[in-house]
Amino acid sequence: MGPKDLKTAMVSPLVSLTHVSKSFAAVRVLDQVNLELLPGEVHALMGENGAGKSTLMKILAGVYSKDSGKMLLDGMPIEVDSPRAAQHLGIGIIHQELNLMNHLTAAQNLFIGREPRRFGLFLDEDTLNAQAREIFDTLHLQLDPRTVVGTLTVARQQMVEIAKALSFDSRVLIMDEPTAALNDAEVADLFRVIAQLKARGVGIVYISHKMDELQRIADRVTVMRDGQTVATVAMASTPVDRIIAMMVGRELASGEHAEIPDTSNAEVALDVRHLNRGRAVRDVSFTLRRGEILGFAGLMGAGRTEVARAIFGADPLDSGEVRVHGELVKIASPEDAVRHGIGYLSEDRKHFGLATGLDVETNIALSSMRRFLKAGFIDTAATRRVAQDYVRQLQIKTPSVTQPVRLLSGGNQQKVVIAKWLLRNCDILFFDEPTRGIDVGAKSEIYRLIRELAAQGKAIVMISSELPEVLRMSHRILVMCEGRITGELSGNGATQEAIMQLATKREAPVANNQTLAQAA
Amino acid sequence: MTQELSIPRPSAFSSVKTALFNPATRQKLLAFASLIVLMAFFTAASSNFLTTDNLVSILQSTAVNGVLAIACTFVIITAGIDLSVGTMMTFCAVMAGVVLTYWGMPLPLGILAAILFGALCGFTSGVLIAKLKIPPFIATLGMMMLLKGLSLVISGTKPIYFNDTPGFSAISQDSLIGELLPALPIPNAVLILFLVAVGASILLNKTLIGRYTFALGSNEEAVRLSGVNTAFWKVVVYSISGGICGIAGLLIASRLNSAQPALGQGYELDAIAAVVIGGTSLSGGTGTILGTIIGAFIMSVLINGLRIMSVAQEWQTVVTGVIIILAVYTDILRRGKA
Repeated sequence: MGPKDLKTAMVSPLVSLTHVSKSFAAVRVLDQVNLELLPGEVHALMGENGAGKSTLMKILAGVYSKDSGKMLLDGMPIEVDSPRAAQHLGIGIIHQELNLMNHLTAAQNLFIGREPRRFGLFLDEDTLNAQAREIFDTLHLQLDPRTVVGTLTVARQQMVEIAKALSFDSRVLIMDEPTAALNDAEVADLFRVIAQLKARGVGIVYISHKMDELQRIADRVTVMRDGQTVATVAMASTPVDRIIAMMVGRELASGEHAEIPDTSNAEVALDVRHLNRGRAVRDVSFTLRRGEILGFAGLMGAGRTEVARAIFGADPLDSGEVRVHGELVKIASPEDAVRHGIGYLSEDRKHFGLATGLDVETNIALSSMRRFLKAGFIDTAATRRVAQDYVRQLQIKTPSVTQPVRLLSGGNQQKVVIAKWLLRNCDILFFDEPTRGIDVGAKSEIYRLIRELAAQGKAIVMISSELPEVLRMSHRILVMCEGRITGELSGNGATQEAIMQLATKREAPVANNQTLAQAA
Repeated sequence: MTQELSIPRPSAFSSVKTALFNPATRQKLLAFASLIVLMAFFTAASSNFLTTDNLVSILQSTAVNGVLAIACTFVIITAGIDLSVGTMMTFCAVMAGVVLTYWGMPLPLGILAAILFGALCGFTSGVLIAKLKIPPFIATLGMMMLLKGLSLVISGTKPIYFNDTPGFSAISQDSLIGELLPALPIPNAVLILFLVAVGASILLNKTLIGRYTFALGSNEEAVRLSGVNTAFWKVVVYSISGGICGIAGLLIASRLNSAQPALGQGYELDAIAAVVIGGTSLSGGTGTILGTIIGAFIMSVLINGLRIMSVAQEWQTVVTGVIIILAVYTDILRRGKA
């Protein structure tokens, strides 16, 4: 133990969570978790997706309620039954997903729920804007508080979220992947603010996957795995390898990479040239061969989903050519795309991939219904037979094919979507965040399935924000930033650092895009 | 060079730009232009259109729908819907009749009763929606039928006349403005519409209630996570909307000098149409009272103009339907381009 640890050990904890448990439906997501946060400490919370980090923090911030366990603030037991209660206790949170009101201005977003007022009811917009400007200034954020949030880039929206959490004078501040959409300069600003907060004695819980960031700012790190705390260790004195080993529960399983098959001579299944769609997709070109898994990496809002949607015909293109198996095709709608054998598995399964109220067999047969028509009527016996085949083949865990899809787990829902596209004879498949919201066990099954599909000669694009996943799965990796492809990496040699560098390779600071456009 | 470029632009410019890029503002400009075009068209088509009498008649007929549309605007900005405003209006008129005619209370109490019963109905809808989590469409559909039935039960299915309360018809039909400026015989109903509009505008843009109305429609979950009691504010919004329906109830009862219990159904659709033509998005988060008023005027000018041109009533309805579809479609087209 270094001298620093001795010093912190004498301070009484600001927050301590003991034996906190939580289940959603029948799934236990937190199992007797313990966590201790000291004043003036940056406490990293690490673990694979689905390990329970965000859930634990949402309990502390009053978003979810715990099933059992104790929470202490300054040694006193607390009940945090609402976000408002958390705010009163001085517990602030920056959520991973953006929680902004797009129609309101930046200042209005910052102070929602505690607007400065005259005579109790009337809003004092001048004070509001002045106070917002002050907070932006401490963040070195050049942003007019009166800007409507919906017109900002994702990175700037994220900065507004951060400003909002800071504006609460919180004693406990939870940051859930705050830098996911920030560039280096913005990250530096954030870290400077974090240092200020530390000096004021604020305790910070910092959830992140980025090891280099954590090494710069974290004092201690608590690792979670499968809903349990593995250990809490000092960041400086613990080797990175050991932390990763604790996270995955086995020695560097995340580094494992299936052998990359040589597909360089395989037929080109998809050839995309100079795709453009507004500012979201800019001059995107790539080829995809049969049997290949092509990873798309990048930050939130980099345009990866937009590329997939444009190719799939879900959004109209401004310009560009798409060739399927060498043949120039015009795809104006998802219907066209499916006819050419392109399937798209949306990141938001519930909204775009599945009719969750309907049963498994209907969902599987949904886009192939025509095939099951007999004299105008649906041949239910045939759909059932086919659905049962896929349930067996893909090992979909469901009591029967008449089970409503919403009752299935995330991983099995994903498999239903896969079955749907396979039945439709799609041999070019776009997986958009295929493992989002899926628990760790089911993840590896989805990975295996994707690999099998590739081995069968399907051409696969995998969009993922989880770098370990991209690295583990991809034969080749394309990295996007602000609508452009900023680089290509081979699946073998790629590192998280190399991807991040390409993912933040902006042309110009975001703030100036409008000025540039004006000048042009 | 980067240094030079990073100088922030003047904020006045950016807010003008923001305003121009605001779909609601553009829709409002377009709606206003359509109103002018419509009026120019009818003026050219018939010499009877642009007369004082006819204009007063248009104003008078806009008052009730305008006030109801203002009530709807609040709810629609929260991304909700209220199908009960028409029968709620009638219910409030009937309750004013109960207080004034059945019980013989003085006029101010009748006015108060109409507004309070409206607020109570709105409060009920709000609780059903915010607390019991019944979707607004269903909750207010239920309220629509419930209030229609109650009006008929309470009044014994007969109109309640206000003959014993002489001042009652003056609420809508007299002209305070006309007394001061005889050249402008604008009926009080229009003055009330104007006052309600100004009040609603202030409420929406200058007060906490307005801020939460927009915020709820923009991203309810974000508002909740910000520590705001979203259920409470939703109930407040529906209650205000209900209170405004009470004012509409007074206007229509005063114009007819009676509470007609069978009236009311169908008014909600005219009101929603006015709101949508005025640029308020059914998906919430945007909308203005001025837009709604323009929307209400477009509808009454259209109906009045077609009538003056002797277009059959059946066809008037057809044209109105087409106009509503066109208005919303042009809005969608512009949004798609943005």
